Amino acid sequence: MSRILELKDIVLRFGGLTAVDHLSFSIDKGQIIGLIGPNGAGKTSAFNVISGFYRPTEGHVEFEGANLTGLPPHEVCKAGISRTFQNIRLFQNETVLQNVMVGSWVRQKSRWWMSLMPPLFPSFMREERAIRARSLELLARLELDEHADDLASSLPYGAQRRLEIARALATEPRFLLLDEPAAGMNPNESKELMLFIRRLRDEFDLTILLIEHDMKVVMNVCEYIHVLDHGVLIASGTPDEIRNNPSVIEAYLGKAAGKGADHA
Amino acid sequence: MSRKIRNGTLTLLALALFACFLNWAPSNLNGYVLRILNLIAINAILGLSLNLIYGMTGMFSLGHAGFMAIGAYVSALLILSPAQKEAMWILEPIAPWLLNLQTPFLVSLILAGLVAALFGWLIALPILKLGGDYLGIATLGFSEIIRILITNLTPLTNGSLGLKGIPAHTTLWMSYGCLGIFLVCMVSMMNSNFGNVLKAVRDDETAARTMGVNTFRIRVLAFTLGCFGGGLGGALMGNLITTIDPRMFMITQTYNLLMIVVVGGLGSITGSVIGAVLVTTMLEWLRFVENPIQLGSLSIPGIPGMRMVLFSVLLIAVIIFRREGIMGMREFTWDWFFPSRKKLEKNSERGGEGL
Amino acid sequence: MTLNMFVQHFINALGLGSLYGLIAVGYTMVYGILRLINFAHGDIFMLGAYFVYFTTVVFKLPWLLGVGISIIGVTVCGLLVDRIAYRPLRNAPRISALISAIGVSFFIENLAIVVFSGIPRPVVQPPLLMKPIVVGQVRLIPLGLMVPVISFFLVGVLLWMVYKTKPGLAMRSISFDIETTRLMGVSVDRIIALTFALGSALAAVAGILWALRYPRVEPFMGIFPGFKAFIAAVFGGIGSIPGAMVGGIILGFVEIMSIAFFPHLSGYKDAFAFVLLIFILLIKPTGLMGEKLEDKI
Repeated sequence: MSRILELKDIVLRFGGLTAVDHLSFSIDKGQIIGLIGPNGAGKTSAFNVISGFYRPTEGHVEFEGANLTGLPPHEVCKAGISRTFQNIRLFQNETVLQNVMVGSWVRQKSRWWMSLMPPLFPSFMREERAIRARSLELLARLELDEHADDLASSLPYGAQRRLEIARALATEPRFLLLDEPAAGMNPNESKELMLFIRRLRDEFDLTILLIEHDMKVVMNVCEYIHVLDHGVLIASGTPDEIRNNPSVIEAYLGKAAGKGADHA
Repeated sequence: MSRKIRNGTLTLLALALFACFLNWAPSNLNGYVLRILNLIAINAILGLSLNLIYGMTGMFSLGHAGFMAIGAYVSALLILSPAQKEAMWILEPIAPWLLNLQTPFLVSLILAGLVAALFGWLIALPILKLGGDYLGIATLGFSEIIRILITNLTPLTNGSLGLKGIPAHTTLWMSYGCLGIFLVCMVSMMNSNFGNVLKAVRDDETAARTMGVNTFRIRVLAFTLGCFGGGLGGALMGNLITTIDPRMFMITQTYNLLMIVVVGGLGSITGSVIGAVLVTTMLEWLRFVENPIQLGSLSIPGIPGMRMVLFSVLLIAVIIFRREGIMGMREFTWDWFFPSRKKLEKNSERGGEGL
Repeated sequence: MTLNMFVQHFINALGLGSLYGLIAVGYTMVYGILRLINFAHGDIFMLGAYFVYFTTVVFKLPWLLGVGISIIGVTVCGLLVDRIAYRPLRNAPRISALISAIGVSFFIENLAIVVFSGIPRPVVQPPLLMKPIVVGQVRLIPLGLMVPVISFFLVGVLLWMVYKTKPGLAMRSISFDIETTRLMGVSVDRIIALTFALGSALAAVAGILWALRYPRVEPFMGIFPGFKAFIAAVFGGIGSIPGAMVGGIILGFVEIMSIAFFPHLSGYKDAFAFVLLIFILLIKPTGLMGEKLEDKI
């Protein structure tokens, strides 16, 4: 297996606050990796560094051997990394289909001015048609096609989460960041989500890094897990290793519980 | 497919009817009505271009009057004859290179749009880095700076005296022709994926950036395009009224356009056209409150300024009671007049269940 | 430039700047709490000038009484604007409130034309305030000195209110997080109304002083001072009361001094503020004393 993403000694400071503290790990192609930790551990900050919203104070992000550090979000997307958000961020006033089509923009070759007079540019019209077809196909694969012409804001919650993923897939990523995909789901829905995430990885040939609080989801779907606490990487390992790691239990439940686990 | 053919036929029919009207109107309607008809088309172009900036891409710009001023001056300076110019500049002599510069009307129109777009682009680069409200105040400031420059750069603009005797090139065919081209371009643009991207930047800039959209570039582009429309509209306006001076392009002008866009519906092309018709005719119609009214033997004196008072009350009322305007973000389609197949199917399904 | 002229310019700049500051404080407080550019604020200022014109020049009331009535009248206007045009839009997108504010501004200006007519009217300056004081070769007019003194005093009182009293605490709390403040049992609408009242009262004072200093009133007199005061607020860091005052003073000095030293630029006087605005937004968008307001991702 080859390495796809590597964080090298990432430090992220806001004024006096250190959100991410010398974080290093690497991810192999095709894996599903979990990033967990208590609230405020710096998980979303790490996502924001990878996706280009924050420039790390120190350290590098490498993706497929290229240095991504300091690239703006749209360049990161172009490089092949896409993400979803903890609080769903759809284009509320656009239809489901339009939401997904926006994802294709980054791969679109036609120039914007061709859209002023489409009949003059057959290649432009061909590409637009292809994008529409591809987006519809993507919606069908994620079982959203019957909503294609509905406004994104009118979708039920679970479908909005799926749409956000569909939109991310439209950018043709090789690496996908999911920020709490199971948030707000009931046990049945999160069970479906686990299958869905595996299916995504297999069908779209992806590597997936996900933040999740639902331990059931994390332990079941992830092949490898990194644990953050106060911005520091305190443990890495397979779900079984993480489950029994005393410092992880301590981070989650406090000092006493950690000691208790030691004794047990 | 049959739906497409039906709608296409209807569009052609409507266009033909409208062409007949444009042919009939100049010889059968009086000058005042013709002027209002022209103003409607010009205001529609201006409203559409502001809507592109504000309703489609979500940038709150209050600078349209400034770009109109640029367009109006560029066009007028390019079509006035050297003799006219020589006679008009009485405070200071005209800049020599400008004196003999003369182009045909259509060229001046395009250049007016391009120069306005160029200024828009230059101003967009620094200020579009800001978000939201500051953009409004910065564009407003820019529009005022333009006006102050026009007032003071007498060798170029004849200062506060303005320009007179601009040939009245803006005929009905000209103004509605420009509106037609503008509409076609804007509709195709908004129906393309580029249009989706513009709206995405408006709805959620952060998400758009994650989707690989260079939002800064998109905003600069939309702003520049909108400024082109502003310059074009300003040029048509100058050639309609035949006299321009800096006081024509005060902030009030921008407010009128804002009203058109808000009443019609932010983000709706149809809305801006409807808004232009309504606001333009209403502004004319409201003049009656400023003129003395004779009711039998009773005579009510006109109240100067009352028109704008009512106008502003209306703007506030629309924003409080019907924020989305007339159209919201919807667009006109011929399907409005025909029950859609989907709905019919749904209805028959429901009927089927009932049985 | 003689010493006398320099001192004159200095006093003028300080006076103009502190008036900008006094108006800017109203912008900055409302923006800090509601994130709304109160476009009507400049017109509230204009109303202050008109009220004092009518009470003292037309109805010949004693000065202090006239000033008192004007401040109260303008404060009521400010409260009405908030109640009618802004409060119904508290939960609407911010841009709606902004359009409403533009509508209100437009409304007040045109109503002023209807009621007061568009003709500029001269204001009679009280002779007592115009009698020059001579110090060495420098002649000072008491009114010129009074303007900054009153302005600084009032802003001092305001700062005391905001930082040392309970309603002030509530104001600061709302600007930090309006929803949480509401949950703490603070009557948010009442505190917002108080903010409008304070801002309007200060604008009224600024309008009165302006009418005395540049002795005339007209319906559009609030537009440019309004824009410039907003720019001063942005320059100083929007949301910061001391920042608004500092921004106002700097703007006053830029305007007066650049014309004092480069008289041929006087035609461009009104453009300086906007150039300054674009400049500061490029260099330091948060202004001199502002804090960063950031979107959470």
